[in-house]
Amino acid sequence: METLMETGSLHYYLAMIWFVLWGVLWTVYFILDGFDLGVASLLPVLAKNEADKRAMYNATGPFWDGNEVWLIAAGGVTFAAFPYAYAQMFSGLYMALMLLLFTLIVRGVSFEFRSKVENQGWRKLWDALHSICSFLPAVLLGVAFANIFQGIPLDETGFSQAGLLGLLNPYGISGGILFVTIFLMHGALWLCIRTTGDLQARAESLAVKLWPGVVVLTVLFLAYSAVATKLFNNYLVYPALFVILLLPVAGLVLMRTYLGAKKYWLAWASSCLFIGGTALFGVIGIFPAIIPSNPNPAHSLTIMNSSSSVLTLQIMLGVALVFVPLVIGYQFWAYKTFATPLTDDDIHY
Amino acid sequence: MDVLMLSRLQFAAATMFHFIFVPLTLGLSVLIAYMETRYARTGDEAYRNMAKFWGKLFLVNFALGVVTGITLEFQFGTNWSRYSAYVGDIFGSLLAIEATAAFFLESTFIGVWHFGWDKLSPKAHATVAWLVAGASNLSALWILFANGFMQNPVGYAIRNGRAELTDFWAVILNKYAWLEFFHIVPASLLLAGFFIIGISAWHLLRKSNTAFFLKSFKLGVTAALIFSVLTAVEGHIHGNNLSDTQPAKLAAMESHWETRKNAPMNLLVIPGEDGNLLEALPLPGVLSFLAYNDFNAEVTGLNDIPKEDRPPVVLTFLSFRLMVGLGTLFPLLAAFGWLMRNKLDKYPLYLKVLPYCIPLPYFALWAGWTVTEVGRQPWIVYGLMRTSDAVSPVGAGEVGFTLVLMTLLYALLGAAGIWLMVKLAKKGPEDNSPIQV
Ligand code: HDD
Ligand code: HEM
Ligand code: HEM
Repeated sequence: METLMETGSLHYYLAMIWFVLWGVLWTVYFILDGFDLGVASLLPVLAKNEADKRAMYNATGPFWDGNEVWLIAAGGVTFAAFPYAYAQMFSGLYMALMLLLFTLIVRGVSFEFRSKVENQGWRKLWDALHSICSFLPAVLLGVAFANIFQGIPLDETGFSQAGLLGLLNPYGISGGILFVTIFLMHGALWLCIRTTGDLQARAESLAVKLWPGVVVLTVLFLAYSAVATKLFNNYLVYPALFVILLLPVAGLVLMRTYLGAKKYWLAWASSCLFIGGTALFGVIGIFPAIIPSNPNPAHSLTIMNSSSSVLTLQIMLGVALVFVPLVIGYQFWAYKTFATPLTDDDIHY
Repeated sequence: MDVLMLSRLQFAAATMFHFIFVPLTLGLSVLIAYMETRYARTGDEAYRNMAKFWGKLFLVNFALGVVTGITLEFQFGTNWSRYSAYVGDIFGSLLAIEATAAFFLESTFIGVWHFGWDKLSPKAHATVAWLVAGASNLSALWILFANGFMQNPVGYAIRNGRAELTDFWAVILNKYAWLEFFHIVPASLLLAGFFIIGISAWHLLRKSNTAFFLKSFKLGVTAALIFSVLTAVEGHIHGNNLSDTQPAKLAAMESHWETRKNAPMNLLVIPGEDGNLLEALPLPGVLSFLAYNDFNAEVTGLNDIPKEDRPPVVLTFLSFRLMVGLGTLFPLLAAFGWLMRNKLDKYPLYLKVLPYCIPLPYFALWAGWTVTEVGRQPWIVYGLMRTSDAVSPVGAGEVGFTLVLMTLLYALLGAAGIWLMVKLAKKGPEDNSPIQV
């Protein structure tokens, strides 16, 4: 891959800004879809009866679609800002991505389908699909991103054929386990906010039990990353960057403190901080690569060889500066209006 | 089969399936927003019940539209990675803008719409309905800018071994994209109109909720009539434009082989890939008129287009005939219903036929896309990149496997979705009260 720009040029800084925005989009996606995937995965664990199930569907009902668009936007921005990386990321991770899409499809329709027919068998079927197809995306996203952190075997043209089995290496799997656990925790905290009574109590005690698991897995994953990846290289060059690790650490501590104090909104917000900090840590670790190449780093897809043209990056930046604050504004309003503890009036699924 | 063929099949299956749900979303969202506005203005509860009943069907359709769209967004990377690398500078930004400007709006407010009946005032709720309808149609515009670029590439230069954007306005003002948009939006409203009158007719025949469905019918039939005429008129302008932009497609649409002036349209044609097997009943000059608004204009024939640049003729031709045939039928069907809207009980046969007409606009839309996409072959970006150069370097096994899986999954979901919609449609509006826990 040839380089498209000189370090320090306008093009370079634009590409760098887009690298940061790219990281932010994926991070927001994990934060937002993370809790609704988590809630759905917990369906068989926490719901004891039909009323519980309905409450769990409706806890995420008004939001899941808007959350998933962050995935579409993250994908779209990868395409727009780093087309070579998009081309590679999605053809190289072909099987994993197709499976992710299929599960998201089934999950998306399950919201609408299950409630419309009052038949035990029908509802059981969709409940099962709903939670399986929420659990699997969490795993697959973890596997995919761990593989990106670790690097993908790219050739000199920037294409690879990693295959699904190639992705299921020990480090990839550890990423899958970490993601699922974090999402379950995040989902349990969300349920504390939106449900009441018994269901809330069960969600809370589950969150309390999951917390040590999250801590241990996070530490292990970081240690494993130090061995299996080059994620720490940037940090060793610029040790000041290590302050970023304070974000997830603070998130973890606050999460537990607020959970103990039954301040659920704050506990959930701390969980957002934790997820955001962890994602940011990884994104900074791979800079300037979007897809690092392993074993041969010379073939990495970086902001220098994968970016769009100056004009496209500028136009996209204008679009992002106008629309992203708007999106955040109206999504915030929607959360404020609808994320109240559920009453019978709120049950629509 | 090779990766290219499999990827084409996979892409065709994924887009065609997405486009089962897209037009109803585009059209019905507007009609529902209109119903809600009437309710907010007049306080007439009937309009609120209409919005709720048609809205329930809308939501099932919308969910399927959303999930099938996500596959498409990523399929450019998974299946057409060389294409994505080559034109991503332009094409990718259009998809990204579509997501940030339209999808967020539509998906956030569909949740608000669904859950907001009791939380928002009628006016606010109607506003939300317009936001959903506007955002859906806005998303269509952006994706059609993307498709318009593939049909008629503008505003780019070849640099660094790829197509780079040089003029964003040229891409946004691409006439081709706007023609597609103004053909598809009325076509979708027409489809929504036929959807409403088909279901209404079924209930009117059975005398269930007569007042409710008569009111729905009148609204639906008016939309069907207005927009079927607009679709046909715009289609003609669309055809005019092709004579400049894609003469090979135009020739294939009519299976027109000899370049000539005063070119006829043959009513009876048996097309072949190397020449027509039969041509009869010519209408002199009609093809020249369709292409140039001039009965004497010269129309290029397929014989003057190198074989390797010709699209598949038979499929393009048949699809075009199907679309135009249906496009002629729709205004007639709708006009009859509109004229008789106050004495429908005298025409039970008409009411009986209408439910079976619901699929017809879908066939017309599919046929239209087949003309547009197959007729563009062998190019993926017209004149710039061939489809065979665009495909991802993935294994045929992987593509084949996911193609089978996807087809199965879509078939099951589609069947379940249609079954559910038929069930909800037949049940009628009575259970509009909030669902009990
Ligand atoms: C003319 C209209 C049109 C066309 C040609 C396409 N779409 Fe579409 N798409 C829509 C009109 C639409 C819509 C009306 O806005 C949908 C359909 C149902 C819905 O919920 O929104 C939608 C949904 C939708 C979604 C889900 C958005 C969400 O979560 O709200 C995605 C990611 C895409 N589409 C992507 C694509 C891609 C990549 C296409 C190109 C191959 C494509 N669509 C063709
Ligand atoms: C939703 C409406 C659409 C339908 C029904 C549709 C239909 C099709 C069909 C049938 C094919 C296969 C043609 C062949 O293999 O001969 C195709 C190919 C393709 N279309 Fe479309 N299309 C749609 C919209 C779009 C849009 C909006 C874009 C771009 C933004 C697009 C991009 C492509 C690409 C990249 C291919 C693959 C290359 C090819 O096989 O031609 N399509 N489409
Ligand atoms: C008699 C009326 C009609 C005429 C003359 C007509 C003409 C055309 C033409 C010339 C194209 C363009 C192909 C291209 O540029 O590649 C087209 C495309 C299309 N048509 Fe029609 N059409 C008619 C009716 C309809 C109807 C009734 C529908 C659907 C309900 C429909 C749906 C479509 C669609 C979805 C496309 C593909 C997208 C596009 O290129 O706009 N058409 N039509």
